[in-house]
Parts: sequence; C-alpha cells; structure tokens
Amino acid sequence: MENLDNLYREIILDHYRSPRNRGELPSPPAIRTEGFNPLCGDEIVVYLDVEEGVLANIKLTGHGCSISQASSSLMSSAVKGKTIEQVRDVITTFKQLMTVHESTLQPSGEPVKVDLRAIGELAALAGVVKFPVRIKCAMLAWNTLSQGLDELGSA
Amino acid sequence: MSSFDARRVRADTPALARIINGQRITYLDSGATSLPPRAVIEAMSRYYELRHANVHRSVFQTASEATATYEGARESVAHFINAPGGAGEVVFTKNTTESFNLLAKSWGEANLSEGDVVLLSEMEHHANIVPWFMLRERTGIEVRFIPVTDDFRLDLSSVDELMEDVKLVSVTAMSNVLGTINPVKELAATAHAHGALIAVDGAQSVAHDVTDVADLDIDFFAFSAHKMLGPTGIGVFWTRAEILDAMPPFLGGGGMIADVRLDGYSCAGGPTRFEAGTPPIAEAAGLGAAVRYLEGLGMANVAEHERALTGDALTRLGLEFEDRVRVIGPADTTHRGGVISLDVEGVHPHDVAQVLDQFGVCVRPGHHCAKPLMRRFSLPATVRASYGPYSLVRDTDVLIEGLRHAIEMFA
Repeated sequence: MENLDNLYREIILDHYRSPRNRGELPSPPAIRTEGFNPLCGDEIVVYLDVEEGVLANIKLTGHGCSISQASSSLMSSAVKGKTIEQVRDVITTFKQLMTVHESTLQPSGEPVKVDLRAIGELAALAGVVKFPVRIKCAMLAWNTLSQGLDELGSA
Repeated sequence: MSSFDARRVRADTPALARIINGQRITYLDSGATSLPPRAVIEAMSRYYELRHANVHRSVFQTASEATATYEGARESVAHFINAPGGAGEVVFTKNTTESFNLLAKSWGEANLSEGDVVLLSEMEHHANIVPWFMLRERTGIEVRFIPVTDDFRLDLSSVDELMEDVKLVSVTAMSNVLGTINPVKELAATAHAHGALIAVDGAQSVAHDVTDVADLDIDFFAFSAHKMLGPTGIGVFWTRAEILDAMPPFLGGGGMIADVRLDGYSCAGGPTRFEAGTPPIAEAAGLGAAVRYLEGLGMANVAEHERALTGDALTRLGLEFEDRVRVIGPADTTHRGGVISLDVEGVHPHDVAQVLDQFGVCVRPGHHCAKPLMRRFSLPATVRASYGPYSLVRDTDVLIEGLRHAIEMFA
C-alpha cells in the first residue's frame, strides 16, 4: 500500500474532503472558464477576479475524483493573491512536476528537477506522476486556469 | 452432467497467473475484454508459425490451410449462434462497433429514408447509438429510445406507441453497465408484428449464455471475439441470407469483388462482399478456437456459474456495505448477467479503481460508453466489476476487501 499512500497523501485527502475556495464569483466581472475531462466525466469551472495585474480572488466548482478535486483546491490556495506573472510561473512549475515527456529533459537527458521545497503543499501531488493515467486528473484545473488567463490576455 | 469447473478454466488462462502489486491478479473486467485460454493463443500461433499465407488466393498448401482455418471459423461461429443459413450468413468485421456501422451504412442507407424510425433503448452502448445518429444526418431518419425504468429494466409499457413508423428495433441483449438481460425474443415478436426488423447487440451476452438466433427469431446479431475469450481485432455481423444478399457492399477493395474493369466493378456474393482487403486471419483462427472452447465448457454451464457468482456478490455487497455501496442494476439474478456497476458513496469511481488496483483487482471506472444511460441515472461514472467463466468467489472476496479499504481511506 506504500504506492497508494504516496498517491493519496494526507494533504490530498484533506483538500478533497474540505476543498478550499469552493464556490462561484459573479461573472462578469469575473472570468469564468470551464474544463472537461471527457474520458472520465470530470468537470471544473474556474472563476478569476483580476485586479491591477493581481489574481485577487479565485473560486472553483465542479466534480471529479480526489486527485482532480484536491489538485484544484491546492491550486487555488497556491495562486490566490499572486500577480498574473507569478501565477503563470506556478503553472509552469506544476506542469514540469506532472510531466515525464522527453521535451522536459535537460540536454544531459536528466529530467528538469522541480524544487519541491519551493512549491509548498503542491509537492503533495508529486506522487501522481507515477500513475500516468491520473496525471490528466491532476492537470484539469491547471489547464482550465491557464485557459482563463489566456482569455484575460486576449480580452 | 456438468463437468464445468471454473478452476480448470483458470488453469487454462495464462493471463490469470500475472502478479500485480505483489498479488495474484483478480480479473473483474471481462465485460471490457475477456482473457483468452491457451487454446486460443496456440491457434493463432499455429497460423503464424505453420500456415501463414493469405486466404482465398493462392493454390499452395499453406494457403489452402489458411483458407480452411478462416472459413472453418465461420462455420464454428454459425454453429455457435445457430445461424439457420449456416456459415454463409456470418460476416467477419473488426468488432461489434464495426458490425453496427456496417448495418447502419449498408442496410440502413438502402432501406431507410426520411420519416422512418429506428428504435433503440436508453441502455445502449455508443456503438448502437452513434451509427444511427450518423445515418440520421445523411437520411433524415428519426432515432427513438425505449426508456429505462427506475429498477433498470426496459420500460415496455407503451411499446406499441413507440413502434409507430419503426422500421428497425436495435437493442442490446445485455446491458454492459446494468447487467440487465433484455427480453429479446419478445421484442422480436413485437417488431415483426409491426412489420419491423430487429437487430441485437450481443457483445455482452454472447460469452455468458446460450445464443440461438433462430429461436430468438431476430434479424441481425453483432458481437466481438475478444469479449468471448477470443482475440481483439475480429467481430461478427450475422443476418439472414435473404437480407444479406440484398445488402449493398460496405467497404470497397480486394476480396469483395467479382470483377473490376476500367469502367466499374461488380460485387462478390455472400459474406465476402463485406470483407474487403486481407481479413484478420490469425484472429479468425483464434475466434474459432474460442468458440470450440466455450462449446466444450457448455454455455448453459457458464451461464449457471456466472449467475451463482453474481447472486453471491449482490448478497454480500448488500450485507457488507448496506447503503454505502449502491448497485446500479437489478438487485437479484432474474434476467441479469454478471456485470455489476457500483456507486460508492463519497468515493469517486477512479479512486475506487485506483485503490482496487493496489489489491491486484481489475475493474472498470467510467461511463462505459453509455453516456445517455449514465445521464438517465444522474451518474458521472460507476465502478464496474464483471465476471467470466474463470471467475471464482475468491475474486469477489478480494473486491470486497478492496472496497472496504477504499471506503476507509476516503471516509
């Protein structure tokens, strides 16, 4: 069961049982973005309130497995109050954490190392990468957030 | 008279010797794909090792052996489903899905037009829904659905109204989500009384009970080899000879023609008209072996064995978990097969399946390619355990242990 405990860390189960930043924001002014995982039916809606280049508030609704729900809750805690630039950096770091593709290898062939101490509670999701079919669950909220920021950029 | 012994089937099935996460595999995903016995694997190897040649062409020894193997499989299948017209009514396709596409594209386009109705049910697999929607886009037919009751049965209370303008009824013999076994013979009589034909999806039923297309008095039957202990890559489309002979070709190319000139072509007769290109020869050898293996077990014995396993599982799941685990399907084994969909309160199906994997248990989380049915019961997904002839009560023990663990973990 060691593998399983590695995947379902206590922090993950905690965020699954008591998700942070759950709810909606009036849209507009908030940006509302939907994300779907058609294979497993998971759904997420991300609401973003951006004021003067800062993600002042973020709310989430939707349903899905513990990994997708915990990941979205952890994400909301990690990005709330940060500048858009900082949010994009966190997204990039998280994507690196979740990627095992060759494109993320350094020229030496070594994977890009993510400093787990620098990403706080998000490090709890590091175990997901050992369960490749669950990576898409962990990524759903992040891809949706990314899309929301793109809409903000083009607005 | 029963000489059926699931432990012997188990011993014949090499895939069941796999160790997963330190434990012997507990395979409860036969509804998705079943595990082939050694006889099937060896039949395919024999083709590759001893008689690899193309069929229906050359005169050399191995080529005629290959043709005999391929055509022999057609005869075995015809016997297995009791096709009244014999092997000439059995078309090899890629799988059940392709069989339904063949039906919709060939028979459907030639026989249905705007205003005609195809009657499906709410518990169909996407394979028996999407080809009809695609035909609707091309021809303007109407696609109608028999509703499903709250106790997971077809609601046939207003079937006569539903039958208005219906030219084809197309339903599953057994739901791949609910396990419900539908009254196919009764539906065939209803369809014929209204001047319609009936197609039956046998993907789930064919490996788990006796199939007799003549007795059922149906018109089309579709199934896949890999769900009946055979290989992937080959399926069957059966229809009566008089219907088959009138159906236009499906895919064009070599093998399906009588003649090709610079100004056109003419088609071959019989099943080969629908088998363009080099067919799945090794797979046909495997399918033939699977059919002979199942006939050796006796389909009535297989059905009885799986009914006992299902009844035991339903009782014990109820006793063990009460309302925490809800069975999405009929509560007892009356007209019900060994497919058990579960909704575990407070635990997402993917998490249940992930925990079960640590116990070496293979189950299927998801919508099972039956999204209209999932919507009908307001479920995003279920966890599905499904039995095969090699399943034992021991498999249910491990399933229950794993479920207990999953519930504790997420409680």
